[in-house]
Amino acid sequence: MSHPTFLLDRTQLENSHTLDVYRGAGGYQTLERVLKTPVDPAQVTEQVKASGLRGRGGAGFPTGLKWTFMPDPAKDSRRRYLAVNADESEPGTCKDRVLLEEDPHGLIEGSLLAAYAMGLEAVYIYVRGEYRVPYARMQGAIDEARAANLVGERILGTDFSCEVFMHKGAGAYICGEETGLMESLEGKRGHPRPKPPFPAGFGLWGQPTTVNNVESIFNVPFIVERGAEWYRTLGTEKSPGNFLCGISGHVERPGVYEVPMGIPARTILEEYAGGVWKGRRLKAWFPGGSSTGLLTADAIDTPMDAESILEAGSMFGTGAMIMLDETACVVRASLVLMRFYEHESCGQCSQCREGTEWLRQIFDRIVAGQGLPEDVELLNDLANGMTPAKTICALSDAAAIPTLSVVRNFRDEIEEHIAKGGCAYHGQQATAEVGA
Amino acid sequence: MALPDELLSEFDALRECYPHARAVLIPALHRCQEELGGWLSPETIGDLAEYFEMEAIEVYAVASFYPMFFLKPVGRHVVSVCRNISCDLRGSDEILARAAAKTGAGAGETSADGKFYLESVECQGACANAPMMVVDGVYHEDLAPEDVDRILGGIE
Repeated sequence: MSHPTFLLDRTQLENSHTLDVYRGAGGYQTLERVLKTPVDPAQVTEQVKASGLRGRGGAGFPTGLKWTFMPDPAKDSRRRYLAVNADESEPGTCKDRVLLEEDPHGLIEGSLLAAYAMGLEAVYIYVRGEYRVPYARMQGAIDEARAANLVGERILGTDFSCEVFMHKGAGAYICGEETGLMESLEGKRGHPRPKPPFPAGFGLWGQPTTVNNVESIFNVPFIVERGAEWYRTLGTEKSPGNFLCGISGHVERPGVYEVPMGIPARTILEEYAGGVWKGRRLKAWFPGGSSTGLLTADAIDTPMDAESILEAGSMFGTGAMIMLDETACVVRASLVLMRFYEHESCGQCSQCREGTEWLRQIFDRIVAGQGLPEDVELLNDLANGMTPAKTICALSDAAAIPTLSVVRNFRDEIEEHIAKGGCAYHGQQATAEVGA
Repeated sequence: MALPDELLSEFDALRECYPHARAVLIPALHRCQEELGGWLSPETIGDLAEYFEMEAIEVYAVASFYPMFFLKPVGRHVVSVCRNISCDLRGSDEILARAAAKTGAGAGETSADGKFYLESVECQGACANAPMMVVDGVYHEDLAPEDVDRILGGIE
């Protein structure tokens, strides 16, 4: 556990959410230097690009590259926006909440640097509606920052002005999808938009918009202050930096830990999370939230970075590890997830609207001991009809991918449920009502 | 218009934060639910439609999309038990059962005395502190079944 850290360091301080403590730890000095030097905005973008920072919201798209998609302000004078995606809702994922609650000024400083780099004057931080404490902490921090001339007109006496607004969602997972988020922010149902056009050309209210995850933006002040080369000393060549790994499920010490990209999953499980709970053995695990393929225990030595996890047959996603011990039933786990995706499908695309319901129904009957011999192939065929990229957004894929992985990696277990008319795992009673 | 003046001035102030007034709709739905009886009545929907110069059906279409909005009356205290994967793995079924026993309401129901509304919800972003429930917007995490009795028993 001797890896260098920076993301969570300030959260160890008492009252870390306040302006005084943030400034005491050197906060807002990077912003001040950038604005007062002044550093060329393109240079800020260049630094983020050179750092190799990849988006921490699940897709892993390079953050700096995304910023360069915004049109040149000299050629396109439309008002432009940054939307910070704090709609953290991917099952297993609870990392952004730590930053929002414990280090809100870090997110504000990162947002302002991003705004400066992209030449924009309004930032919206879209927080899931249930995150009441994170919202209050962020709003409090914005108010403090405004009073200190760090947000608003002519920040720190320079020519740079930027507003930062909080915006509350209302419980819909799909609003974490960037175009669903924009629709929701505009006051509509969170229906994802077909792409193209992409947000950089046609985003919020049809204006150029960049949507970045909380943790991605939170990395920015560190990169701008310490440089891209420093950043690249952490993590792997293709996935530089540290990331916040939420680990949950059947472990001794679930939590959010800061670790370098490329660290073996086993190290996180054993050294950080204290191993599988109750002295049991690992059976299966999701490496990056519920939308990633379920891996077997054999894959636990896989390094936690996008390339390695992909090679192991899954996806890095949000880096949220969900661990299932030897008593867990993967069929029941699948049912729990399909109930979720059915509930969260926005209903625009038939593959997703109907597909998630059908997947849930099939897992439901298998769990209830009424599975049919042909159900395994049916799950496979259905899921293959839902992915890849057959719908407006990736929710359909998010339901299909774990399903395909369960069919691929735990086919015996599904077949056993069907043959025996129920579940052999007593730790998780398959007969309990999961579908309601 | 029946919406209280305080709410209307809040909405007016919020409009300054956005280039288009409609962006205030979801924040306004939240505030109305908080202040006007814990749910969004057809009258409230109609009043909001008038304020935003929309059709009531458009406001309803938005409100009905989001799980946090109630379109029928609910108990005075809302108890939401997460049953997604991380909570399920750590016993959320038992938490829900205890909450049902304590409140006298099944999932999706209001207790006979109107005190509690109990619901099963999807991931609340507290996965490393599972199992969890939310009571009137406040997170209660790392729950043991007996905690449920204590927390719900302490509510007047």
